[in-house]
Amino acid sequence: MIGIVDYKAGNLTSVARALRHLGEDCLVTDDPETLSQASRIIFPGVGAAGDAMANLRERRLDVWIRDWLKTGRPLLGICLGTQVIFEHSSENETTCLSLVSGMVKRFPENLVQEGRPLKIPHMGWNQVRFTRCHPVFQDLPEAAEFYFVHSYYPAPEEKRLILGTTEYGIEFCSVVARDNLVAVQFHPEKSGKPGLQILRNFCRWGGVDAQ
Amino acid sequence: MLSKRIIPCLDVRSGKLTKGIKFRGNIDIGDPVTAACKYYEEGADEIVFYDITASSDGRAIMIEVVRKVAERIFIPFSVGGGIRSVEDMRQVILAGAEKISVNSEAVKNPPLITEGAKAFGSQCVVLGMDVKKTERSNQIPSGYEIVIHGGRIPTGIDALRWAKEAEQLGAGEICLNSIDADGTQEGYEIQLTKMISEAVGIPVIASGGAGKPEHLRDVLTKGSADAALIASMVHYETYTIRAIKSFLAASGVKIRTSW
Repeated sequence: MIGIVDYKAGNLTSVARALRHLGEDCLVTDDPETLSQASRIIFPGVGAAGDAMANLRERRLDVWIRDWLKTGRPLLGICLGTQVIFEHSSENETTCLSLVSGMVKRFPENLVQEGRPLKIPHMGWNQVRFTRCHPVFQDLPEAAEFYFVHSYYPAPEEKRLILGTTEYGIEFCSVVARDNLVAVQFHPEKSGKPGLQILRNFCRWGGVDAQ
Repeated sequence: MLSKRIIPCLDVRSGKLTKGIKFRGNIDIGDPVTAACKYYEEGADEIVFYDITASSDGRAIMIEVVRKVAERIFIPFSVGGGIRSVEDMRQVILAGAEKISVNSEAVKNPPLITEGAKAFGSQCVVLGMDVKKTERSNQIPSGYEIVIHGGRIPTGIDALRWAKEAEQLGAGEICLNSIDADGTQEGYEIQLTKMISEAVGIPVIASGGAGKPEHLRDVLTKGSADAALIASMVHYETYTIRAIKSFLAASGVKIRTSW
């Protein structure tokens, strides 16, 4: 069973729907005990970092997720779920989970591309340039694009954890990988077939980063 | 680099895909779920559903359509038409839509935009604007006026002012429909689109007037639009989304070409 961590951060049903479409058994819950029974965990989220952290603490999920990572079982972060694994987010100056060292920053104002000011949030389809191979991101079509909606982006301290980058006025980290953890800034559940392929790969992944 | 989005728009009446024909009213042209799946396969970047059913039982039918679509397509889609409250928004979002759009109701009740943005985030709230060209005046300095109820009722509200206000209120995106161009298939209102898109910091979807791929190229470049809405040109299979995208890519427009 795949556990989808419910911490009242947006609508989590789309992730569950995508997994069911792939024939995977999943459960959306905020109960740490039930989540501990899962073979793997998806940590999604849409919304603001401050509220998300408050909800995680209230449910003791902040402590639980640290223990989960130590079990070696796979964890996939999505969007806000990816941001809160870092130390700090400049969104409402929020102290986050510190599972990975680094900060979450807001896109600078006045970004320009081809002479036009770029809009924030970064919303729509964009490419990811992968720095190396990883089992969760295999079998993707050439020039695949993914659906993004965000105003903040993660900046890991250790550059070797950056598995993919995306261009939006600046080049930012859009995929992070470390041991049994993978985290994406885009929404695989809304990214058509390449997104479903990532979810499918994740569901088969043993949690070892075959680097 | 972010791609420009191509978005087919499906009008739904009592659970059926429908198309308005000038002077003849609406005719049903198929099943919205089947059409959405087809456009998803063809490379649509997003899909817009517009519920033109007025009755309350029509609402329940629409929610069922949304639920079925959400089980089959895995790209964002929005639903508009008849959304009057945060509760209406919640139903549509829980059924699986990524975004909801508000139009006439937001004009009558602007706090609805803010309430929706607070409840679900700005990225969920699209402001639909129906706009008609008019005489420039003190009241309407841009020369474009907001009209409501499918373009029938003028409001005396300046389109440019309303776009900026909606952004302040928390709208995450604007779907800008030119009533003058709508249904003509003679091209988008470039001047209007450029004016609004360059005045706000949120994405603008151009709507109304698409008849051939060149029209999309023009509105996405000269018109500064972030996305282009299409209807007839794909519903009647004059063009496929794939063919439109190939044309745009060859014209140098950044577009998603792999799916």
